[in-house]
Amino acid sequence: MSVNDLFKQDLKVINMGLESFYEDLTSQKVEAIQVQWKPAAGGNQKMAALLGRLKSSK
Amino acid sequence: MQFIEEANKKVLEIIQNAQPTLVGMGIAKDVVPGMHKHLIMHAGPPITWDRMSGPLRGAVIGGLIYEGLADSPEEAEELAASGKIEFDPCHHHQSVGPMAGVVTASMPVFIVENKTEGNFAYCTQNEGLGQVLRFGAYGPQVIEHLKWMEKTLYPILKEALEIHGPIDLKNLIAQSIQMGDEVHNRNKATTSLFIREMASSIVKTKSSKEDQIKVFDFLNSNDHFALNLSMPASKATMDPAGKVKHSSVVYTMARNGTDFGIRVAALGDRWFTAPAEIIDGLYFPGYGMEDANPDIGDSCITETLGIGGFSMATAPAIVQFVGGTPQDAVNYTTQMYEITLEESNSYKLPPMNFRGAPTGIDIRLVIETQILPVINTGIAHKKAGIGQVGAGVVNPPMKCFEDAFEAYVGLLDQEGLLE
Repeated sequence: MSVNDLFKQDLKVINMGLESFYEDLTSQKVEAIQVQWKPAAGGNQKMAALLGRLKSSK
Repeated sequence: MQFIEEANKKVLEIIQNAQPTLVGMGIAKDVVPGMHKHLIMHAGPPITWDRMSGPLRGAVIGGLIYEGLADSPEEAEELAASGKIEFDPCHHHQSVGPMAGVVTASMPVFIVENKTEGNFAYCTQNEGLGQVLRFGAYGPQVIEHLKWMEKTLYPILKEALEIHGPIDLKNLIAQSIQMGDEVHNRNKATTSLFIREMASSIVKTKSSKEDQIKVFDFLNSNDHFALNLSMPASKATMDPAGKVKHSSVVYTMARNGTDFGIRVAALGDRWFTAPAEIIDGLYFPGYGMEDANPDIGDSCITETLGIGGFSMATAPAIVQFVGGTPQDAVNYTTQMYEITLEESNSYKLPPMNFRGAPTGIDIRLVIETQILPVINTGIAHKKAGIGQVGAGVVNPPMKCFEDAFEAYVGLLDQEGLLE
């Protein structure tokens, strides 16, 4: 499907990241879902490193 | 990692196959392992007298007066501080206690056996609401009520249970979950089913009709009576899980009013603690957060199993009581599936389209998602004896999980299991 075709139909948007993108869409009555995404361990580097150790082992 | 998945599979089999059964009643000193005249068991992780919060201190004072070890609150405080009394968590004695969780030698307890694994769990009889020991009250009427529970309620229930035979608590809880109980803050259905189950056996006891009426009136007036059955049922279910090597599943969460503590299967009996939180809930008129004691009680053993706050969706009748809406309750339960490994094969939640309760909290998932377990709980006044001042939803401190996770990875590393 070309990009032009995509914009000729109703959009179903899943937004990940900055919530303002989602809010802009919903304010224009575009259906959207905001994904509550966080980096692993909420960005806590020590915990992320420990998780990494588990995941890199078999 | 394959060996972690295998260990967790074993833990989940233990949890899913458990058969907690009420098999009888006894006096704590006769049946609870390690109980003696100078031992006071309490809720949560280990704590010394000098660090105990108001409600726990009050309950200790009441316990010493109840046992006849002290004649006045002043004498009880002196004795408690003297070093002559041993304090130890209920959890170290296969027991659990709501709120302050104080258990002393002469108190009657329910005996719950997990028929699958053969282990036992113990819990006192629930006292009801108002001026009660578990909120730290120790006045003469509290002691008098405890004595009535020991001398009248206990012998009748014990005899009635002997007449009736064992009660399958898994079945009882599974039914009550279909009837709007999450068995932590709503126990009305479970209590009702228990009364229905026991009624004819109570009438068949050798006790007087007058005492039987008092027992029925008390059970009927106490919507939380069955909390002291769902708690040992959860404890009996979870304890064997704590013996599985390398499992990352949490098998204990408990609070003593000062600290919150968790235990993880792979790490055995080791507690990971952090300061207990003040609960942001709905306070009774005239009370606010400034009156609240930090989180207290062993009752979150229900959440550890996956019921209680984890199954809030099934108990819309209490969501306002803990300051939320039915949709909030569904959201809490939905979120708990993110940090658990399976769905219960027995505790099915109607509002979740009969999905099983979220079961098996994995510390790896808590750390990765940063989603903390949800606990719904009563709030005790920080001063001994005032009682319940509200209810709400609370989370354990993340530090418990971070410290436990660090120790878990450290253990695996030490054993040469990590690359």
